[in-house]
Amino acid sequence: MSKPKVAFYWCASCGGCEEAVVDLAENILDVVNAVDIVFWPVALDFKREDVEQMEDHEIDVTFLNGAIRLKEQEEMAKLLRQKSKLMIAFGSCSHLGGIPGLGNLLNRNEIFQRAYHEVPSLEEHNGKHPETHVKVPEGELELPEFYHTVRALNQVVEVDYYLPGCPPTPKLLLQAVQAILQDNLPERGTVLAPDKALCDECPRNDSKPEKMLINDIKRPHQVHVDPEKCLLAQGIICMGPATRAGCEALCINGNMPCTGCFGPTSKVLDQGAKALSAVASILDYNEEEDIQQVMNKIADPVGTFYRYGLPVSMLQRRNLAKTKS
Amino acid sequence: MFEPKIVAFFCTWCTYTAADLAGTARMQYAPNARIIRVMCSGRIDPQFVLDAFRKGADGVLIGGCHPGDCHYQEGNYKALRRYHLLQRLLEQMGIEKERLRLEWISASEGDKVKQVINDMTETIRRLGPLNIMELPEQEPVRAASLT
Repeated sequence: MSKPKVAFYWCASCGGCEEAVVDLAENILDVVNAVDIVFWPVALDFKREDVEQMEDHEIDVTFLNGAIRLKEQEEMAKLLRQKSKLMIAFGSCSHLGGIPGLGNLLNRNEIFQRAYHEVPSLEEHNGKHPETHVKVPEGELELPEFYHTVRALNQVVEVDYYLPGCPPTPKLLLQAVQAILQDNLPERGTVLAPDKALCDECPRNDSKPEKMLINDIKRPHQVHVDPEKCLLAQGIICMGPATRAGCEALCINGNMPCTGCFGPTSKVLDQGAKALSAVASILDYNEEEDIQQVMNKIADPVGTFYRYGLPVSMLQRRNLAKTKS
Repeated sequence: MFEPKIVAFFCTWCTYTAADLAGTARMQYAPNARIIRVMCSGRIDPQFVLDAFRKGADGVLIGGCHPGDCHYQEGNYKALRRYHLLQRLLEQMGIEKERLRLEWISASEGDKVKQVINDMTETIRRLGPLNIMELPEQEPVRAASLT
């Protein structure tokens, strides 16, 4: 029996998800022996043409990480979808939009203006920024179109399963690979992690007071973080209540709050809104000025509550009608 | 003329009753608010507000009992806290803060319902439609020359 064919591809990504595969350490040998990797730009020399020449559904599983920002990424996602039996969104960026999703607070013009015209690190300002077509002495060069809006993978193609996390933990990845090899996958569309909130598996859960109320919001660098007590109870914004479990509370065990990378459980539509609601509810103030004074300590509500999930949130992006071009 | 669509979440015990009073007293006011009755303003999940905006609302109005008078003691305080944080979020998302409004309206204040809805309708009419889900044209980028 031939080995299952597997592809890995990256879109708007940091490379951490590729590293998560390598992070399997010795276990990677078992994976590599059990499957036939037919496409993996970061590690192997197959080209896009090789994929184009495959039959439809020839690839058994494609693991695609990274968000969709460029036209080329959209094209590759669609191509791989066509050639694959299973398409798995690997990591926060393809699952939810990820950190690149925060670019949805801006549009292309603002991003290019900052990156190519305004950053202090520009050595020489030649007034140019990337364009889709550029004439050079040798001919015309092409770059893929850069969309105004970052999208998650399921906003571009049908996705069969999601491996959450920034990046997914080696344990989760191994479980997923084993489930695939044993043909033991749950219902299509499932996120391959437990469907309960992180608080449930957090080692500090028992330290939560009966009635949780805080009278200040602190950032982790502003206080000595008690390593035994619930972080939210200490006034540090932790996304645990609004985030899916499965990571074994790695960040909390590092004495840092959860930032929400696994996304919400299946019961929640908009992770950021739920987290915002939870944090606001436990503030122990009833007067407007007191409330506002503490709320103002959250410098960046979108960045805090929608750090990974802006593209899949209810509003998806900043209102473009309010754009200054 | 642009007719704003306002979604109003009114608490059963105070604001919804006030709206009822405005009705039985045959008060005339702008028809632009679509009222959704909730048991308490504390029931209002920020997801409801975001969902209203993305489904085409130009404004969202939340009505609850005056502080201290909540039928469930503290629900309206929760609403107040969530409202303030939600306002800041909406600001970042390019939604003007006038589009989300919180008012304490007690059961006897039928004319306050009239006044708030009239006022908010005109405010939103001036701001214009929200159209938040209209995504931009993916317009092609012009060619440039390096020489």
